[in-house]
Amino acid sequence: MSQILILAEIENEALHSTAAELLAAARKLADELGLEVAAALLGNISDDLSKETIALGADHVYSSSHPMLASNVADAHVAALKQICEQISPTAVLTAKTPLGRVVGPRLAYRMGVGVAQDCMDLEGDKASGKITVRRPVYGGNAMAAFTFTNKNPQFIVLRVKAFEPLERDDSRAGEILDLDLPISDNDVRVKLIETVKEESEGVKLEDASVIVSGGRGLGGPEPFSQLEELAKMFNGAVGASRAVCDAGWLDHSYQVGLTGKTVSPDLYITIGISGASQHMAGCSSSKSIVAINKDGEANIFKEASYGVIGDWEKVLPSFTATVQELLSS
Amino acid sequence: MSINIFVCAKQVMDPETPSSAFNVDSESKQVAPVQGIPPVVNGFCENAVEAALKIKEAAGGGTVTVISVGNEFVMDVMKKPLSMGADSMVLIQDELCGNLDALGTVNVLTEAIKRTGDFDLILCGQQASDWDNAHVPLGISEALDIPCLTEAKNIEIGDNSVTVNSSRADGYEVFEANLPALITVNNEIGEPRYPTLRGIMQASRKTPEILTLSDLGLSEESIAPAMTLSDLYIPVSEAQCEIVEGEDDADSGRLLALKLREAKII
Repeated sequence: MSQILILAEIENEALHSTAAELLAAARKLADELGLEVAAALLGNISDDLSKETIALGADHVYSSSHPMLASNVADAHVAALKQICEQISPTAVLTAKTPLGRVVGPRLAYRMGVGVAQDCMDLEGDKASGKITVRRPVYGGNAMAAFTFTNKNPQFIVLRVKAFEPLERDDSRAGEILDLDLPISDNDVRVKLIETVKEESEGVKLEDASVIVSGGRGLGGPEPFSQLEELAKMFNGAVGASRAVCDAGWLDHSYQVGLTGKTVSPDLYITIGISGASQHMAGCSSSKSIVAINKDGEANIFKEASYGVIGDWEKVLPSFTATVQELLSS
Repeated sequence: MSINIFVCAKQVMDPETPSSAFNVDSESKQVAPVQGIPPVVNGFCENAVEAALKIKEAAGGGTVTVISVGNEFVMDVMKKPLSMGADSMVLIQDELCGNLDALGTVNVLTEAIKRTGDFDLILCGQQASDWDNAHVPLGISEALDIPCLTEAKNIEIGDNSVTVNSSRADGYEVFEANLPALITVNNEIGEPRYPTLRGIMQASRKTPEILTLSDLGLSEESIAPAMTLSDLYIPVSEAQCEIVEGEDDADSGRLLALKLREAKII
């Protein structure tokens, strides 16, 4: 039976959080198309990891512990995943929109001469034709597009992070584990990882934060961001900014949320002095709740937010912050 | 040292177009152009032009050639990289290239690069702001069978090699590869320079080389799409914003916090 193959990424010898999301998406497709789910586990693979992958929805696990797969260099992963594809001829290959997955999936698709869809929020399989239709935001989230693959398999799909809820872990699930010998030559790996540099940022990373407090041009300058920082800290969250703020040099570009910045999906996204231009919303529209403080009631942000205050942030924010502090400490 | 660089650049709808003016023709499945708002060179592509110019300056010589594919170029827009200081420009303009998908774009750009000559480096923006695919550069590196480095925020050219700092959520990774190589860049690589008056004057004297698919020996078949666009629509925002209003702004702030607690958001 043909399979839907996912690339389950490994981070610090554990499954990356996206692995469970990919398995859930693959399970959905497999059920619609009457197929099975397979997972490629590439890196330093223990038996426990393989079993966890099955418990999260895989029917088959193909693992390789080739030393060149130990670091997340795309070249080695493309070479290994290609060999798995040649062995099992999957109907589709799913990778996550992570630094590794968003490169490995598309590169392998081009190497195999088939289509690839990036940043998919949803997918659907049609049993009669065997074709998959994906939905993805385009034009910075201004529009949604549905794409259907033309005939060739595998159909490559890069899934947006957090677009799918993981399945409940079920340790009674049965599955097959195959440890494969996948040769990788020097010619396969032309890019060498020299060094991984962690930059000590104060507090939590933007992409990981469950609460983000983001400021825009309406703040008038860099100084008010210390107040945003104060609020963010109460939630153990992070500070973000609009493009205008970063272009003006108030904050570094690494703070930028939006089309040309970072894509975030926190539980709570609080905007202060942000108008909500589509290119900004492209980076935060999948937040669970958006809250807006802005003096312009006509601003687009109020079309996207679930709660808002129309008013002067200089007066709104201090009392909001003080009340949040009271609530969180009580 | 002399270095020859190709920069792929795309003409896109201005992403600053207000969403109220954004419209989709669901019949033709295309985004309707907005009257009075000219297209722009894609933001990340301008970052790539900037990076190329800096590398050429540091090397002390070479060429920066900008390359693009489309069916309707606005010359004043597309010539901006020339005004910034690029040496030449190749435009593949063909009515068959109006709705190229990513695979078709890869095939055309790859052919054009092969035809135009030797290169040390191909620089691309990491993503275009219209279809947000972010994989055309990856496809070009595969088609040309050269090393691929992505999301660069810094590029150092060495002796027949390149070192790149790739942006990551918690810092960056340093990669090294031999030349020729393809690199995608993001906004962290540096603001695109403003064209100087001298640059604009020089650009006005340069004529982009315009090629058609047949000039490249490409058939309609070679740009057959891998994906079919089956639907294009403007999503309906489900958010119904509840505006919290107190006696004054400070009171509204307090009530907002209480509301978020009531809704179990905080």
